[in-house]
Amino acid sequence: MTEHRTTTTDKPRLARQAMCDRLAMEFQDGWIVNLGVGMPTLCSNYVDPSKSLIFHSENGAIGYGPLATPETADRYLVNAGGQQVTAVPGMAIVHHADSFALIRKGMVDVTVMGAYEVAENGDFANWRVPGRKGGGIGGAMDLAACAKRVFVALEHTTREGESRLLQRCTLPITAPGVVKLVVTDLGLFEVTPQGFKLREHAPGWTPGEIQALTGAKLAVADDLREFRVRASR
Amino acid sequence: MKNKIYRTFDEAVADIPDGSVFMSPGFGGVGIPRNLLAAVNRQGAKGLTGISNNAGTVDAKVDVGTLIAAGQVKKMCCAFTATPHPSQVTAFVRMYNAGEVDAELIPQGTLAERIRAAGSGIGAFYTPASVGTELAEGKEHREIDGRVYVLEYPLHADYAFIRAWKADTFGNLQFRLTQRNFNPIMAMAARVTLVEVENDIVPMGELDPDQVHVPGVYVDRMVRIPPDGIWD
Repeated sequence: MTEHRTTTTDKPRLARQAMCDRLAMEFQDGWIVNLGVGMPTLCSNYVDPSKSLIFHSENGAIGYGPLATPETADRYLVNAGGQQVTAVPGMAIVHHADSFALIRKGMVDVTVMGAYEVAENGDFANWRVPGRKGGGIGGAMDLAACAKRVFVALEHTTREGESRLLQRCTLPITAPGVVKLVVTDLGLFEVTPQGFKLREHAPGWTPGEIQALTGAKLAVADDLREFRVRASR
Repeated sequence: MKNKIYRTFDEAVADIPDGSVFMSPGFGGVGIPRNLLAAVNRQGAKGLTGISNNAGTVDAKVDVGTLIAAGQVKKMCCAFTATPHPSQVTAFVRMYNAGEVDAELIPQGTLAERIRAAGSGIGAFYTPASVGTELAEGKEHREIDGRVYVLEYPLHADYAFIRAWKADTFGNLQFRLTQRNFNPIMAMAARVTLVEVENDIVPMGELDPDQVHVPGVYVDRMVRIPPDGIWD
């Protein structure tokens, strides 16, 4: 581990819920939203009464509601992660092939996915890790290739301190050149034709400190600001 | 008209030979034909090829992983050949790593569409999913209106095991909420379709034709899940 890393590792980083709240702030009224399994599902905790979102899951629920409580749970209604969710008025159910027909047609306005790596050319990798045979693709390749926007949420560095933001992915990719927006526990990054652009930094972090932990050149937005966090429910 | 109702699951699966290709639906623990899979496990057919979203989970319930653990499966076609976390070691993962079972990893939407193609008389189709990834290597590519696609072929099966909410004696089926998932397309794609039904099988005419999710012409065998059957 190099010297500059040891100086910043103890600084507080953004919580996962704050990261997902920030991506959810980008969602627009009426969007069809598909949230990947794991961290991205936290995006559904962010509630903005001025926006009405349509949550879609791969197993064919179009317009489902928040996670169910023991009182509201119905074992026949689960999201892509197998979590029980609630029905809301207007929900529709289709079979798996029709669910992916909707995806491939490009009707999903945004998909939020976790990843092991994301690259400055918009590639990302989230289905296979080194040293393990096989992988878990699920619907990620269909969504990544066909959704209108791909947002990625991931920790900025590995447990060993290596950057997950890279010039090029080292792992097999999920789709080439599709990522538009990346949130990490250090900030918000736009993927531009020129590479990563830091738009918002975690409180207490300077662009230089973030650059030092990043495996690709960062451009800094002219209107760089501190990471915006709004209260979720 | 041929009687499609079998008294027991064991009778319904008795003639499934070694080497068969089967489809098993289910997603997130919902809509899995656990009673039929348990019967195939008891029946003991070997050398099977399975088509399913995943290759079993770490929970103790009967699923496709039960057949894999019993050494009845030689190959899986699925969207997950690794578990979400390395700490989750399923029978499939252990046997796949040891080379005891083979697998074809397929993006989930492509998997669903290949099943639909098999049930719809489609010879092949082009999809944008997986273009630019190692899963598309060696596949025929084609640019159509400026977009690149890969060619994918249907996935056929000898048997489909289906879990339905309601059925009539002709085999018209209904599913409830996300129980539907892969069930309708698998019911259409196989040569022989077997169904486990959660509610009493009603006389023809009692299901609203506008609310039928799988027409009975695709269904060959049905068993009403008994009170001591597998319910979740």
